[in-house]
Amino acid sequence: MKIRFWGTRGSIPVSLTTADIRVKLIEAVQGARDRRLDHRADIEAYIDGLGFDIAGTYGGHSSCVQIEAGGDEFVVLDMGSGARPFGQSMIERFGPGKPQTYHVFMSHLHWDHIMGFPFFTPIYIPGNRIVVHSCHENVEYAFRRQQREPSFPVDFEQLGADIRFDVLQPDTPYSIAGLTVRAKLQRHAGDSYGWRFEHEGKSVIYSTDSEHRLEDEAECAAFAQFFANADAVIFDAMYSLADAISVKADWGHSSNIVGVELCQMARARRLVMFHHEPAYDDGRIEQVLGETRRFEEITRDGHAVEVLSAWDGLELTL
Amino acid sequence: MELTCRDIGTVRVLSVEGRIDHSRAADFQQALAPYLNDCSAQGQALVLDFGAVDYVSSIGLRALMLAAKQVKAQNGQIAIAALSPVVSEVFQISRFNLVFTIYDSVDAAAAELAK
Repeated sequence: MKIRFWGTRGSIPVSLTTADIRVKLIEAVQGARDRRLDHRADIEAYIDGLGFDIAGTYGGHSSCVQIEAGGDEFVVLDMGSGARPFGQSMIERFGPGKPQTYHVFMSHLHWDHIMGFPFFTPIYIPGNRIVVHSCHENVEYAFRRQQREPSFPVDFEQLGADIRFDVLQPDTPYSIAGLTVRAKLQRHAGDSYGWRFEHEGKSVIYSTDSEHRLEDEAECAAFAQFFANADAVIFDAMYSLADAISVKADWGHSSNIVGVELCQMARARRLVMFHHEPAYDDGRIEQVLGETRRFEEITRDGHAVEVLSAWDGLELTL
Repeated sequence: MELTCRDIGTVRVLSVEGRIDHSRAADFQQALAPYLNDCSAQGQALVLDFGAVDYVSSIGLRALMLAAKQVKAQNGQIAIAALSPVVSEVFQISRFNLVFTIYDSVDAAAAELAK
């Protein structure tokens, strides 16, 4: 099973600014002052040794994650702005003349999770089949409303693909696109749903836009069970714990600390922090990653959890 | 959970021991409650002596957040002192170092809060 991240930012897409790039360039040039960089290979080796926050970027597209499990049909989680580059890659790969089937699983219907759909090119191509799976009864309304004037110039009825909506029930296993799929209700305004996907002994959890009430032991235990022994838990770690339980309580998001604790309880193999705070620059996300790895280390009780921070373009093989 | 209480001048010091995790956070919160009621503009400033605290989990930090909120609403003063290196790291990673004023020692905290 392979996981490919197309959009990892929370709430609203962001992009690097000129000031951000200037900071990276200054850091990189400063670090190169006493080095011999006469050849391209030397330069590439130097760049490869820089931190990811200097030599790369976490990206700024909102939520969109692809799961590849070897089947002919595509599986994608949420339709944030990352759906646009995902769709482009599909067009580049297959062209318009080779119809494909896409299974979209929705965490919820807030704007940052549906805004990429009108820019997901496969929806315009006749012959493509798109099935939007959701536990929200009003999923079709949300997608159709977004396409209507005055919000968008191309009405839903004008879309060329065969687009269907499939309302699923939480806590019920389904077999879709070769995967065993199960949803779990999460705490978020208007409800959100986490998804567990299993295939040939591998499992991945997609749990974004989810707030956890620490005082509710039964709720924590239920999430630990949902995450149990997962190979990867993609987890909403948008805020610090202090913010998540004070000024941003009831905003429907979680923290790196709770992500580590739940993965430890669940004996999960990897925590992939996701839905990054849009106000954070690459340096801040890198700092949170380092701190979270340290927190996992000092709280480890026999079971190690690998901690990652998702970025637009990251590929994970489970 | 038993909290050891002593006064340094006008400041009340509560000493806490062991882990404040899922199994003990509720007891900690309950034990702390009566002292929080007295921690107001008219009452005594409070220093939590964490010198013998081994670990604080998220649920323990939540109890501390509730304490900070209550004291703030009462215009009282509360601080934490003598964190072990590990607990100090947990405070920093969770950003609770921004919620509480942290002092290296109980004496330093008491001196500052007595002003």
